[in-house]
Amino acid sequence: MDMMTAAHINSLLAAMVLLTAFGMLVQKRIYGLIHLFTWQGLFLSLNTAVVGYVASQHHLYISSVLTLALKVIALPYILHVLIHRLKIHKEVETVVNIPTTMLIGLALVVLSYHLTSPIRELSTLITRSTLAIALATVMIGLLMMITRRHAVTQIIGFLAMENGLFFAATSATYGMPLVVELGVALDMLIAAFIFGIFFFHIHTTFDSLDVEQMARLKEDE
Amino acid sequence: MSFYYLFVELLQVVLLLALAPVFLGWVRMVKCWAQGRTSAGLFQPYRDLAKLFAKEVLLAENASWIFRFTPYLVFGTAVLAGAIVPIITVDLPLSPSADVIVIIGLFAIARFFTALAGMDIGTAFGGMGSSREMMIASLAEPAMLMAIFTVSLANKSTSLSQIVQVICTTGASIKPSLAFALLAFVLIALAETGRVPVDNPATHLELTMIHEAMILEYSGRHLALIEWASAMKLFLFVSIGIAAFAPWGIALANEMLSLPLALLFLVLKFAVAGVGIVLIETGLAKMRIFRVPEFLGAAFMLATLGMLSFFILD
Repeated sequence: MDMMTAAHINSLLAAMVLLTAFGMLVQKRIYGLIHLFTWQGLFLSLNTAVVGYVASQHHLYISSVLTLALKVIALPYILHVLIHRLKIHKEVETVVNIPTTMLIGLALVVLSYHLTSPIRELSTLITRSTLAIALATVMIGLLMMITRRHAVTQIIGFLAMENGLFFAATSATYGMPLVVELGVALDMLIAAFIFGIFFFHIHTTFDSLDVEQMARLKEDE
Repeated sequence: MSFYYLFVELLQVVLLLALAPVFLGWVRMVKCWAQGRTSAGLFQPYRDLAKLFAKEVLLAENASWIFRFTPYLVFGTAVLAGAIVPIITVDLPLSPSADVIVIIGLFAIARFFTALAGMDIGTAFGGMGSSREMMIASLAEPAMLMAIFTVSLANKSTSLSQIVQVICTTGASIKPSLAFALLAFVLIALAETGRVPVDNPATHLELTMIHEAMILEYSGRHLALIEWASAMKLFLFVSIGIAAFAPWGIALANEMLSLPLALLFLVLKFAVAGVGIVLIETGLAKMRIFRVPEFLGAAFMLATLGMLSFFILD
């Protein structure tokens, strides 16, 4: 596999990551969201392996396997179990104004392209052009957390953001040191468990996972 | 040499006129097979056209010249567009005169007049169909232009013949921008040609029809011309898709000997495209009219993502 092919595969996978990010932004069904999140993790893991191969950075293989185990298998499984236990698998979230959200998402892609273009000029890595995509994925994850009202969807937005950060690390500097990545992975796993506990608490208190309900926590004057 | 140019131009127009109903028949035939029905055969659209041409034209009392003029205009723009799009060869004398933006403009003129004709008679269905068609058009055309611009950027030309020439001579490469543009193009082509998730070409149910509602008052040869033109429109959209995304096999400049091979490729690609259309139509249900903006919004988003990823990744 020569450099050109690797760069092509890399940009194709980056494009797929961006596409899944947009898909998550507009997906209403909760299972659809989890499937998209799984796909994003898979593309990310493949991309990390490809980058690891062409840059001969062997610790990236470990990151790739870690991503596969955590984001493609463990986290979606935990989310599935949560949704099953909370009996919210048939819920369809009302998403406010999908076309506007998509347009904001597109504007964010343009913004992140603009922001990363100085870095692109300086960098010599083959992954330099995907940095804009990585930043855009982070921002779209953030946008998802802002526009959605359902707690589970917000968490998926948060996880998508983390995907974007991981992607940014791979494309900017061929990945973080292994110790940091292990730490982050462990944090994600712990976070998923804590989210789960919180979901149960929110669900038993409000009988819903709609975070708008939390406005009721205010004391009456 | 000039005789050759005239010959290919004529050949292409004749091919368009002859093959468009056959392609429509092929799509219907595969659809029948997919649904376990017996099909009416590949040439049923010809029989329909012959029947309609033989019938007399009934005009409403208050029909103006627009109503009588529209079928000829719709038919004429389709034939003209067919003379520009490289279906079997890029050596078309008319192709330097107009690029793909003009072709979209030609379809827009035809649509504009169809919408006017729908309102001309003053029946409720015509007006309803026209307003729906215009809503879809206003969303589909920007997305279509975006997808085309992405392809044009990647091949540095807006002329379809030039695009075909560039793709065939530089060879294939996987470009994410083109993949996005192709996805967007498929969605838009389904909307523009009135296929299933947006419009159902086989229905006359008042709540769902769009294109059929506009042409409800037409009869006889007028209806035949419009039906033929819409078959050609479907054929042309597939041709544009082939020219922009998978042109291999189309005869290049000064390659008159590869014309028979180009014909063979044409038949093969259209057979595959027909199966693809049927798979999409069988897999999807027709969506509510108010969900169409989301569908076309997604197409616009994909096309814009294609253009952005051209700048970012390529």
